[in-house]
Amino acid sequence: MILYLLRRLFLLVFVFIALSILAFSLGYLFPGNALQNFTGMTDIPAELATQLTAEYRLDSGYIQQYIAYLQRIFSGDWGLSFASKQPLLQEIKILLPATLELAAYALLVSFFVGIPLGIIAAIKPDGIVSRIISTLAIAGYSIPVFWWALLLIMLFSLGLGWLPTAGRIGVLYEIPHITGFMLADILLANSQHQTEALLNALRHILLPTIVLATFPTTVMIRFTRDSMLDVWEQSYIKTARAKGLNRAQVLYRHGLRNALLPVIRQIGLQFSTLITLAMITEVIFSWPGIGRWLIDSIYQRNYPAIQAGLLVISTLVISVNMLTEILHTLFNPLARKR
Amino acid sequence: MPLLVAAVVSACQPQLPETVRSGLVYCSEGSPEAFNPQLVTSGTTIDAISQQLYDRLLDIDPQSGELKPLLATHWQVNDSGTVYEFTLRSGVQFHQTEYFTPGRPFNSDDVIFTFNRIMDKNHPFHYQGGGNYPFFQSVDWANLVERVVATSENTVRFELSRPDSSFLSNLATDFAAILSAEYGAAVLAQGQPGRIDSHPIGTGPFRFKEYQKDVLIRYYRHKNYWREQAKPEQLVFDIVPNNARRMAKLFTHECDVVAFPRVAELGLISQRPDVDVQESTSMNIGFWAFNTAKPPFDDARVRLALAMAINREAILQAVYFGYATAANSVLPPTSWAYNADLPQLPFDQTQAKALLAEAGYANGFSMDIWAMPVQRLYNPNALKMAEMMQADLAQIGVRATIVSYEWNSFRRKLSNNEHDSVLIGWSADNADPDNFFRPLLSCSAAQTGTNRANWCDANFDRLISQALLTSDQKQRRSYYMAAQQYLAEQMPLLSIAHSQRFQALNSDISGIEINPYGGISLATAVKDVK
Repeated sequence: MILYLLRRLFLLVFVFIALSILAFSLGYLFPGNALQNFTGMTDIPAELATQLTAEYRLDSGYIQQYIAYLQRIFSGDWGLSFASKQPLLQEIKILLPATLELAAYALLVSFFVGIPLGIIAAIKPDGIVSRIISTLAIAGYSIPVFWWALLLIMLFSLGLGWLPTAGRIGVLYEIPHITGFMLADILLANSQHQTEALLNALRHILLPTIVLATFPTTVMIRFTRDSMLDVWEQSYIKTARAKGLNRAQVLYRHGLRNALLPVIRQIGLQFSTLITLAMITEVIFSWPGIGRWLIDSIYQRNYPAIQAGLLVISTLVISVNMLTEILHTLFNPLARKR
Repeated sequence: MPLLVAAVVSACQPQLPETVRSGLVYCSEGSPEAFNPQLVTSGTTIDAISQQLYDRLLDIDPQSGELKPLLATHWQVNDSGTVYEFTLRSGVQFHQTEYFTPGRPFNSDDVIFTFNRIMDKNHPFHYQGGGNYPFFQSVDWANLVERVVATSENTVRFELSRPDSSFLSNLATDFAAILSAEYGAAVLAQGQPGRIDSHPIGTGPFRFKEYQKDVLIRYYRHKNYWREQAKPEQLVFDIVPNNARRMAKLFTHECDVVAFPRVAELGLISQRPDVDVQESTSMNIGFWAFNTAKPPFDDARVRLALAMAINREAILQAVYFGYATAANSVLPPTSWAYNADLPQLPFDQTQAKALLAEAGYANGFSMDIWAMPVQRLYNPNALKMAEMMQADLAQIGVRATIVSYEWNSFRRKLSNNEHDSVLIGWSADNADPDNFFRPLLSCSAAQTGTNRANWCDANFDRLISQALLTSDQKQRRSYYMAAQQYLAEQMPLLSIAHSQRFQALNSDISGIEINPYGGISLATAVKDVK
């Protein structure tokens, strides 16, 4: 097991090195001056430019430059954003929690909605309920996320006026930034209007969560259903039934545990799609997360920000992938032995 | 699930905290450049900061356009019109915030500090933020005002180098906000002089709380305001550059007031019972300026020919949707100096062709039309306007190319006079007609780069300077009449339209009026709590 973890860790380090080489080379591949792309400063005066060139090792070979780049990444000096002139790491620290919060709620919804629906659909595979669930799953899987978001906004915000269209909380609520996770910050802020602020934040998060959860939920439904059906055919299920366990006991003790294994693996695989969809969702709902920021940076040709954003997001995706892989192995004795 | 239901139902819950219940959300179209009105010209910034955070010495009555006392209770002018003495209001308090506690009320030191920053190159803050004071430079402030001195703690004397009848009006503009000298000394002692423009302290109805770039600006009520306290406890400027999104936020009541609804959608908005539309005639002009320093635009006949070739009536309909008055002069008809006897410029392409031939361009020529990339009151859609003009110009053999850049580069390139011609405009800051002539078309404006026609004409400059030397309105009017006549002959720019200003707001909001002379004030806004 330890050997397995070490192997995974080694792979992670290797992938990170590949990613950082890519991010580093973007400093040269992007238009403009490499010094500007790395520092994020424009109009650098001549004497400062010489000093920075030495500091960034831009006068030595590419390998030294890359090592200096890695050192800066680990020491937290990520350069400035062209647009705001603020340190990039600072900006990302503020934005990343918003994206993680949204993605986490969407994943939770997809668990608590997708898995039960998948099981129900598997119980009677040819029944009417199962067919309805499968149809909805296919529809949800194929609907373009921006169109779905606009439909929901049209209905619930503009038509019925129930839910807001943008942001994380009503702008009149002043919530200090502590963790960056809105609901946690409201609880930590300890104001006397906590309940109102919490309800307001929930109203803001409802639509984006539904939109973002749609795709992973449908994936969950289909995988849980297929894997349930698979497991149901196994001989140990028949044995358990023959031993006299009732349907619910078999389902819970033998079926579910085995059926959910491939589903856990799916989370890792779907995470990159989830982050991509989160970017679109963030743009539509003006959600102040890293995805919207990255898209804005692309429009503004904010090269240092694109570089840093790509590195953060891809590292995040790879790490989550690895983590679910490890979880999958932990829960699956067969894979552990390999 | 019960939590979600509760969340949806809470939309109509009455138990809300005071800061939220009486708080006002104004959805604006862009981020401010700075929090000091002296440094900026954009209407977006002025709307967001000037009237909310600061007071001026004088105010303009929005109805009559006359000057009213504000921080100065009264003022006297000597006979030659070169010395103005102001008596200042006592007991006016500056904002108390997390970053500054005022130790004394407003006095003459603050006035001197404020105006010396603009004109004294040795002032510790003069070069803070670049040393540019665009409005004051356009009215030649540094050469006009010789010095500002305190004659006592609450009297101030301005000594001018020559009489200038627009002086008081300029003091009443949103740009002439009074800063705190005590706060200036404090940020200087902290070694962070830049904070004076990013963390503002003023005497206005609201105090600054926070600013998140491209997201929001948050103000709270100034508890020790010298006038009646502001009605909203909290004021938030929600920054929503996208027009459609701003409208959506109005309909979902996330915004209480929305700046600049698109004129194309006014019909749709007025159908809704929960939303009102306010309109007001505004002192502005949208125009097409020729770079008169570049051939062939240095020839008045060419400029006239181009002007005559444009179908302005069609533009009024297609670009302004009829919500604008056709312009015949740079001055709007509501100004007291407007020349109603000016002949109407005909839309006559045959005559335009003849004029071009006379100037030696019988076969036409190629030119650029620069169209600004943003929506402004005076020109809601410059690109569309440019396309229509392109078609009109093709009729007289002039091949026009439309050029546009991102807004900041656009303005920078304009100041360098890289353009052939440009579609842009101007919103007045005060009721004085001088505010339309000097910042737009004088030689000093050509030097500072705000004269889009790059036009420096001695005759014209003499006329508008003479108009400033007297305070007799009749005499001034005759000079301005002549100046308008001269402009109509020289045509450095083609005046297109005076647009109306619109604002959409929830019908439970009252007490807001559109000020025709600059920034909006939100201190009197009342939210009718259900």
